[in-house]
Amino acid sequence: MAAAPALPVTVIGGYLGAGKTTLVNHLLRHAGGRRLAVLVNDFGALPIDADLIEGADGAVLAIAGGCVCCAYGSDLIEGLEAMAARRPRPDHVIVETSGVALPDAVAQSVQLLASYRRDAIIVVADIETTARQADDRYMGDTIRRQLAAADIVVASKADLAGEDTLAAAQEWLAGAAPHAAVLPAVRGALPPEALLGPPATGRLLLSRQAPHDAAWSSQAFAIDRPVDAERLAARLAEPAMGLVRAKGVLAGRAGPVALQVVGRRWEVTPAADTPAAGGGLVAIAVGAPLRSDAIHAAIAEATLAEA
Amino acid sequence: MFTIYPARRILTMNPARPEATHVAVRDGRVLGVGDLAELQVWGAHRIDDRFADLMLLPGLVEGHSHISEGVFWQSVYCGFFDRMDPDGKVWAGLPTIDAILARLAEAETALADPALPLSGWSLDPIYYGDRRIGRAELDRVSTDRPIGIMHASGHILSVNTRALELAGLLRPGLNHPGIPLGADGLPTGELKGPEAMMPAGRHCGFDREKQAGDERGLRQFARLCVRRGVTTATDLANLLPDDAVDMMLRVTGEAAFPARIVSFRRNYGLSMADLVARAAALRARSSDRLRLGGVKLFADGSIQGFSARLRWPGYLGGQPNGLWYIAPEQLTEAYERALAAGILVHTHTNGDEATDLALDCLEAALRRQAGPDHRFTLQHCQLGDPAQFRRMKALGMCVNLFPNHHFYWGDQHYETTLGPERAERMNACASALAAGVPMAMHSDAPVTPLGPLFTAWCAVNRRTASGRILGAAERIGVADALRAITLGAAYTLHLDGELGSIACGKRADFAVLEDDPTTIAPENLKDVRVWGTVQGGRVFAAADI
Repeated sequence: MAAAPALPVTVIGGYLGAGKTTLVNHLLRHAGGRRLAVLVNDFGALPIDADLIEGADGAVLAIAGGCVCCAYGSDLIEGLEAMAARRPRPDHVIVETSGVALPDAVAQSVQLLASYRRDAIIVVADIETTARQADDRYMGDTIRRQLAAADIVVASKADLAGEDTLAAAQEWLAGAAPHAAVLPAVRGALPPEALLGPPATGRLLLSRQAPHDAAWSSQAFAIDRPVDAERLAARLAEPAMGLVRAKGVLAGRAGPVALQVVGRRWEVTPAADTPAAGGGLVAIAVGAPLRSDAIHAAIAEATLAEA
Repeated sequence: MFTIYPARRILTMNPARPEATHVAVRDGRVLGVGDLAELQVWGAHRIDDRFADLMLLPGLVEGHSHISEGVFWQSVYCGFFDRMDPDGKVWAGLPTIDAILARLAEAETALADPALPLSGWSLDPIYYGDRRIGRAELDRVSTDRPIGIMHASGHILSVNTRALELAGLLRPGLNHPGIPLGADGLPTGELKGPEAMMPAGRHCGFDREKQAGDERGLRQFARLCVRRGVTTATDLANLLPDDAVDMMLRVTGEAAFPARIVSFRRNYGLSMADLVARAAALRARSSDRLRLGGVKLFADGSIQGFSARLRWPGYLGGQPNGLWYIAPEQLTEAYERALAAGILVHTHTNGDEATDLALDCLEAALRRQAGPDHRFTLQHCQLGDPAQFRRMKALGMCVNLFPNHHFYWGDQHYETTLGPERAERMNACASALAAGVPMAMHSDAPVTPLGPLFTAWCAVNRRTASGRILGAAERIGVADALRAITLGAAYTLHLDGELGSIACGKRADFAVLEDDPTTIAPENLKDVRVWGTVQGGRVFAAADI
């Protein structure tokens, strides 16, 4: 039997009170058929909305929609192993860290387990308080280290800030999180496709109309000729492209590759095979229109000359 | 009927009657201490003169240890220094890596089942020219069974190839700061930090939660206590699930169990409200020999692991500042709730910034919630400075310093982590006493060996492993040191009214010594021989335990 594909893990970090829990609950409510597993640092500040909980079995909560939630305390690795062994297997694992944890350290630990792969680091930052907290005598460097590790920053409580404040906060966050796409959000209302990625590699159909507050768009691009995948990925990750994510399987220089862009970080890894229908990618933008022309141009630039 | 014990000399720690020749014991308590005539007024008695040539002190109190010291002795001792096991056997320190491997190989041949793991503990590479010990070395012992050796710090595990295979870590492409890679791109077998240790540790016999509930380990720990003159010892960071509490109540309640265990609930997996509520529920289950109801919090990590939070100028080598294990809001909330509920909180701080945070948070909590006689204690507090000690005093706090650490790792702090000035002020017992902070001191066993008289020697001499006198101005006198390991530690546990000195009405808990710690040369204090203990009026000779 072939080994199951590595489970994607999204780490959600950010300081106490930033809105991590709200974001996790939003993702659970809009899981869109994904079996999500959530590991939380503790059950004490129970992060899951009561109406989502179906039952508790020791340290594991069953959540509506077939999702589960488990407390890991200091034993993250044990929690992850238990999650990977569950049947049915989850599609995606979310790790909600403690407010003082460094999410990149958590992400590095995830990859100690062969059954997992790092998907992305999301850091939730309260628009009104984060810049001030980043100067706190005790916690300042921790908050800055959290932001610096982010692939996506969810700028929470955007509705409480005036337009000027919002713009200034976004600019500050972009500086503090140079590798991240910064997404303003109200009560965590962001499309799961942006936060967790398209449901499955190569699946190009996405709902056009999503039940979310934040305006977002996604578009599929067919790529039927071999491309310089690294060049394309680096281009898609540029801030000017305005993408939160891009993901696809396509023909690279030396065979099929998987391309993934999250925020400003990208990676290209060998893939088993190109989908029968030909290669392609899905790009997702939030808060601004998707720059379809620019993406087409990037694909054209990266397309390899016929051998 | 009661018993009068004549002794060579009795040091009571009671300033009103500091010395005596006889102590009377009835129903597990001290009926009186004085001369024979003073005690005979209580009526019919018998004289038991087995201590006639021995010294009696209050039973020693270890204010920061873990019962896992008893559990670790089920593994092979791999330390550099001589260390006594629960049977009283002194395992010779191992001077070379070859000697370590030879001891492991000997233990390996004694294991019949080839699938059984081989585990060792107390390895410290700094004593071997910083030569690392990884899978290349441990594979010389066995490539068939998993082998894991826990380092003395508790933060690093050395494993062989088989253990890496079982953990799924014998593969290229790992990118983790806790897993050094060899030239072949594979892990060298040193695993640093809990996340890196955990996947392989389980295959080598290291499973922390199982250790906490280990009945044999608890019994072994108590036997060690007798050999070290300890009648009350803390178990400072236990998860205390109900089944472990049931076991501990049963075992400590056995007629021949020789020590009192004070076990604190470690902060883990609960909100601060639930943690304090859990501690209160545990407190209600306390027995004489199992005291529950305290809470242990962690503010930061360790200095030698570069995870302690330091104030400016930070680490000597410019390493990034350490890690917080709790947010200020949570720490303040825990303090406030514990003050309201009368729950005792001990907080781990190592770096001076972590100590500042704990002080700030307790001060904030006390502004909102009165906590009469709270005795919240900072544990380790290794970089505490005089201003911090004065704040502790003002806030009603206690401190439990770590002189043993000074002996084992002081040189490393001097040379590598902190530099000379701050290394000299570590574990500043004299400054703490000068500021009037109630002070205890500890071994953190199994990190260093259980043994309050050794701890006292460390505080009195401040000698490091290399022979350096590190911070002569922070040395304390023998009398102060002896007080810290009896009444001082008892005070931090709210037990000083009950034990910690020898006086009418107190528990009949004695350390029985063959040498007089007040007349032996201070540089030999660690060599004072322990005959055994009296615990709750029951006599335990180390030779028979």
